[in-house]
Amino acid sequence: MASPRRLSAAGWIGAAIAAVVILTALVSLVWTPHDPTVMDVANKLSGPGAAHPLGTDHFGRDTLSQLMVGARVSIAVSVVAVGLGVGLGVPLGLLAAARRGWIDEAVMRFNDLAFAFPALLTAVLITALLGPGAINAILAIGLFNIPVFARVARGAALPLWKRPFIQAARLAGRGRTRISLDHILPNIAGTLIVQATIQFALAILAEAGLSYLGLGSQPPEVSWGRMLNEAQTFLFLEPRLAVLPGLAIVLTVLGLNLLGDGLRDRLDPRLETGLETRREGG
Amino acid sequence: MPLSPVRRPARAGAALTAAVLGALALVAAQSAPTPARAAPPDALVMGMVLEPPHLDPTAGAAGAIDEVVYANVFEGLTRIGPDGAVRPALAERWTVSDDGLTYTFHLRQGVTFHDGTAFTAADAVFSLDRARAEDSVNAQKGLFEAIAAVEARDDHTLIVRLSHPQGRFLFNLGWGDAVMVAPESAGTNTVNPIGTGPFRFGAWVQGDRVELARSDTYWGEAPALARATFRFMPDPQASLAGILSGNPDAYANFPAPEGLVTLESDPRFSVVIGSTEGETILAMNHRRPPLDDVRVRRAISHAIDRPALIDGAMFGNGTPIGSHFAPHHPAHVDLTGMYPHDPDAAKALLAEAGLGPGDLSLTLHLPPPSYARRGGEMIAAQLKAVGIDVEIIPVEWAQWLEQVFRGHDFNLSIVAHTEPLDIDIYARDDYYFGYDNPDFDAVIETLETTVDPDARAALYRKAQTILAEDAANGFLFQLPKQGVWDARLEGLWHDSPVQANDLTGVRWTD
Repeated sequence: MASPRRLSAAGWIGAAIAAVVILTALVSLVWTPHDPTVMDVANKLSGPGAAHPLGTDHFGRDTLSQLMVGARVSIAVSVVAVGLGVGLGVPLGLLAAARRGWIDEAVMRFNDLAFAFPALLTAVLITALLGPGAINAILAIGLFNIPVFARVARGAALPLWKRPFIQAARLAGRGRTRISLDHILPNIAGTLIVQATIQFALAILAEAGLSYLGLGSQPPEVSWGRMLNEAQTFLFLEPRLAVLPGLAIVLTVLGLNLLGDGLRDRLDPRLETGLETRREGG
Repeated sequence: MPLSPVRRPARAGAALTAAVLGALALVAAQSAPTPARAAPPDALVMGMVLEPPHLDPTAGAAGAIDEVVYANVFEGLTRIGPDGAVRPALAERWTVSDDGLTYTFHLRQGVTFHDGTAFTAADAVFSLDRARAEDSVNAQKGLFEAIAAVEARDDHTLIVRLSHPQGRFLFNLGWGDAVMVAPESAGTNTVNPIGTGPFRFGAWVQGDRVELARSDTYWGEAPALARATFRFMPDPQASLAGILSGNPDAYANFPAPEGLVTLESDPRFSVVIGSTEGETILAMNHRRPPLDDVRVRRAISHAIDRPALIDGAMFGNGTPIGSHFAPHHPAHVDLTGMYPHDPDAAKALLAEAGLGPGDLSLTLHLPPPSYARRGGEMIAAQLKAVGIDVEIIPVEWAQWLEQVFRGHDFNLSIVAHTEPLDIDIYARDDYYFGYDNPDFDAVIETLETTVDPDARAALYRKAQTILAEDAANGFLFQLPKQGVWDARLEGLWHDSPVQANDLTGVRWTD
């Protein structure tokens, strides 16, 4: 066994960025400089100043407040969407690994089917069928997280079933479900956490993409993607309006990816005991 | 961007996409390239947002058809000029009998269709009979409703008998729906339009452009342009980059009002804000309680802040209206003072109708144009301020036509009614907003048979006042025509009395 590693410098940077974004989102629950939905047309497109630290948009809404609330929306959508993926995908993966046979085949072929379609395209289809809105965006993004987590959970669980301590548990007469919950799940948690971080970044990007296309959050709800969309026509006039939400998305996704990288180095058992896993997992 | 478990590539892809999102903003924000002339000085490229479904103006309601072919490819007996006045076209002159029932048109001689056949009174009889026939697919059959009989006295004299006097008859004949077509080509005009105009049809690359070429056989003065191209660019947001790069050369109606600020300060472009016939309204569905209650409609009218709306959604371009009537028309009466922006009055009216704050929750269907999407966002905020919750539902045009216009399944919607003098839509049975007032219907009925201009103006004023008193809809603003073109171009229309891009008098000046 390798000694427990510490989080890398990049990982810490990622964690710091993620913390800032989450903190901003939390602060926006209780305080924003202005109400982000209140229009003040007389002050539209005003530059950064004392009243509006990051200026205002074409309706005179405060950009900083919008960015803060946008962080909250992005995080809320992504948490629920990834939660949906974990909540349904992990049990499916555990089930497939525990039962094998036709259940495994059914779950995995369903996964293959889901992967055969580009995720964003299908998300567009889902929102087109169910109507645009934050809830449907969550559904669309969440749906595509299910096979991801099912596959990762199954892949991580399979080699464990051949390990002596699991076989011992089976000899002791414990059921497959019990073993999955008591022994498999804790041992694959690290892998899942890493995957969740990555999926979280992807979900934020997907939410921004759907909102940008007008399929996610609807006005007057605020989101980074909508801000980008609305700013598009003002690129020549007020590039700030596009650059700020763009930067917010880039930084958040970058931060989460760095954090995910760091956590993987730290948590993923396959990296710690790489040789053995590879041989057993074959 | 796949949400896949293949972790490294996916993560790289995610970071890349995110970076591109940001970088796009930065790149596009850099100063625009110097525009290269898109075409030599006898060719013009015009930008349009919507592509016509086909090219026969006598068989479709889409304004985009007229925007390509009206006065360019097809001409009528009369035409509507840039100032909205009726002018002679294929009919050189005409006389009207004293009872207003018989029109004698003297047709221009030596006119040929683009396929070489001559235009005679027989073609005119064919065109008018075809348009008003039982099985006609003309989108504006109402224009011909007064016609009792059409006959050719000789090759160049046409007699039209009406069943009742109609004040707007000559104006009606100037519409794109009333253009002259030939029996030989009428069936194929949808894909290969054959008219008598200064330009003949060249090619139609679907999804991209329609090309016209100067006709050598035109009866009038030959146009300065040898070629004209209409380019269809459905994304309004690409229009600014397009015009800055010189392709297209002109937008008769620039779809991105926010770009005008940039263009106005640029000497390479002319920005001309004119008027259109587009009354932009907040349509209210009278079939849906409580919108059948005049107090609720008045409350909504009081809640709307027109100046802020025009400033925020239209960047200051647009004239407030108080009824369904174009402010530039002589018979217009200013009723914008009837419901000034007054949230307290709105709340009081709602309370009177038994609705407290938060009791009323309405949907608002918004078609794609920015006046509707941006305007809708602002109106939702303004109604929220008087305690009405609004759920915004963005829809595409096809869905709007299906659900709102035909299906009557909506509470509120925003749309511009762009047909000229279309106040009579409020007298139609079963029109989409479901307005019904017998007094108003009577005024329109009288108007139909009134020929005297003063009496007509008085009736128009009365009709406007009734609509305003009933708060039939939320009357917002007259849609501006936001023309943008290369400053070296002249002869494009400043106003838009009909949906048309008449290129006859357009030329490059250097």
